[in-house]
Amino acid sequence: MAVVTVIEAIRDAMREEMQRDGSVFVMGEDVGRRGGVFLATRDFLDEFGEQRVVDTPLAEASIAGIAVGAALSGLRPIAEVQFADFIWPTVNQMIGEAARIRYGSNGKLNVPMVLRSPYGGHVRGGLYHSQSVESYFAHTPGLKVVAPATPYDAKGLLKAAIRDDDPVIVLEHKRTYRSVRGDTPDEDYVVPIGSAEVKREGTDASVITYGLTLHYSMQAAAELENDGVSVEVVDLRTLRPLDTETVLESVRKTSKALVVHEDNAAVSVGSEVSALIAEHAFEYLDAPVMRCAGPEIPAMPFAPTLEAAYMPTAEKIAAKLRELVAY
Amino acid sequence: MYWAGAPNAPKTSRITRGAQRWVWDNRRTMADAELQIDLPDAPADSLTTEDLLDIYATMLLVRTLDERVWAMNRQGKAAIVASSQGHEAAQLASVWALRKSAPDFFCFTYYRDLAVTTALGLTAEESLRGFLARDGEPLSGARQFPQHGAAPELKFINHSNVIGTHVPQAVGWALGVKMRGEDTVVACFFGDGTTSQGEVHEAMNFASIHRLPIVFFVENNKYAISVPMSRQMAIERYALRAEGYAMPGTTVDGTDVRASYQAASTAVRLAAMGGGPSIVEFDVERYLPHTSDDDDTVYRDPAEIEEAKKRDPLEKLHALLSGTGMLSEERDAAMKKRARDEVNVATDVAEAAPFPSDEDVFRHVTSET
Repeated sequence: MAVVTVIEAIRDAMREEMQRDGSVFVMGEDVGRRGGVFLATRDFLDEFGEQRVVDTPLAEASIAGIAVGAALSGLRPIAEVQFADFIWPTVNQMIGEAARIRYGSNGKLNVPMVLRSPYGGHVRGGLYHSQSVESYFAHTPGLKVVAPATPYDAKGLLKAAIRDDDPVIVLEHKRTYRSVRGDTPDEDYVVPIGSAEVKREGTDASVITYGLTLHYSMQAAAELENDGVSVEVVDLRTLRPLDTETVLESVRKTSKALVVHEDNAAVSVGSEVSALIAEHAFEYLDAPVMRCAGPEIPAMPFAPTLEAAYMPTAEKIAAKLRELVAY
Repeated sequence: MYWAGAPNAPKTSRITRGAQRWVWDNRRTMADAELQIDLPDAPADSLTTEDLLDIYATMLLVRTLDERVWAMNRQGKAAIVASSQGHEAAQLASVWALRKSAPDFFCFTYYRDLAVTTALGLTAEESLRGFLARDGEPLSGARQFPQHGAAPELKFINHSNVIGTHVPQAVGWALGVKMRGEDTVVACFFGDGTTSQGEVHEAMNFASIHRLPIVFFVENNKYAISVPMSRQMAIERYALRAEGYAMPGTTVDGTDVRASYQAASTAVRLAAMGGGPSIVEFDVERYLPHTSDDDDTVYRDPAEIEEAKKRDPLEKLHALLSGTGMLSEERDAAMKKRARDEVNVATDVAEAAPFPSDEDVFRHVTSET
């Protein structure tokens, strides 16, 4: 066991996979000598050389497109988009191409690539270094989307993504990179894609969340425990395919559901989770499904007051939980 | 071959061979990037009589097939057709150059490449199953438009209808080739409209930086649906852009099989020898509307098309073969009959085939399905 940060877990996952499999390589802006702007690939250039640590031009569309082609040819690229705010030029390749190539070739081709990107805010990142982009990709059949929140899950899910035969978008909340520490085992392991996890057991209400708001939800649950309220917290971990069973099992047990995420609420992962609960656990519910999510504004603003107004914090989640429990 | 730093490496690196001037940037500032490859042009006679007759037979089959599916579209049987008529010589010359100079080649093609896919082994029956969306269509299981999907066993991928997305993918494939140390040369085919896509610029830039083994074959028919070349680019020929990427680039008469072969062969051999990417622009013609859904009478003067037909690649190859005694009238008639028979049989088989089962709709979404 080693206690590591999320960014260290991500670095360990990539290094171990590159040591294990010669077809795995990293590409992206500044991944070489700089080691990535968040140091995810620190020292990789020295260990693996220029062939497998490819500094790309500043051009996200082709970072994705070249990764798609390299994956088609039999390699397993890990492409990094430096901030998820810069991921939009890759949409043509990821949603238009990577997601459809297995289907459009009737199974003759597949795209075993990973697109990693730091997302999310509460880091004073302003409009263009804070965005939550997950809904756009999680909407798309043919893609897999994971959003780990702990070092254990980050390492295990990234390894699973690298070994997966389909394109996987790995969204890493940048505020967790250095603020969240945790154990990772010394031995090799993966966290299966498509598996949620109950991070805290409870009986009075279920919070369904992922990413940074997992940690804020855990704080809120701890606070409510002082009031004698037992809150269960489900970490989705994978946003496509969703682990519907784990969500429904929790809601059937507690009969109350609060869906929490930083992304704005409309047409979001939370919309889908809420709909699934309504469809499949309606008769178990003692209250309407409630949501605590980012507001309907284009992105997270820069000024601390405005940022705080955006962010679903532990306090806001706790307040919503009290409303839910009192219903 | 001279590599940077070699004692005999020249200081400048303009490749000039025969009548073709390969534009190679003398002003390239990266000191370690200078390269000269001593690469003679392929002699015109390196396409043997046998090759030319094979190309002619393939061109007859492709033209017959193209005309057939166009007629079937007008009969309401084939939903959509994009014609290769006018492009065939460039496409077939490219495939022959790849076969002869880089047997491990791999192709990324686009929707107007019926002669490429046919030369690579896609049969008339298989193409017709695609045009009619029938079961057993090999590229996509009839999920996609005709000619779209993949045949890695025939060395080509033609996946997307989104213009230019295959260009960075082809470059990514070439990166894989280089990483694995393989001898493959990647060929990427696209039209003049595609050249305006930003991803094409990004892909060419990357290919040149890493000196990847790829050839960009630009089939310039001077129209992107209705938009003429003068509204697509401000230069008189696309290959001029090559200089900006520090690549060789050339423009050649794409209706002339032998000239096209020479240019393609030079580019393929350059890539195979480690010389990196280059652009071969084929000046070709489009005799029919963009697709069967287009009406070119609103934007094209019929006289222009009549003029362009004087360059018909099939007529030109026929004139070459018969004029030099390589093709008798009897043999020509027999070859034409063989092409018609093949397309007739293929049409019957494809028309009799069922549509795919609706149960196929959920298959191959991910590795789990």
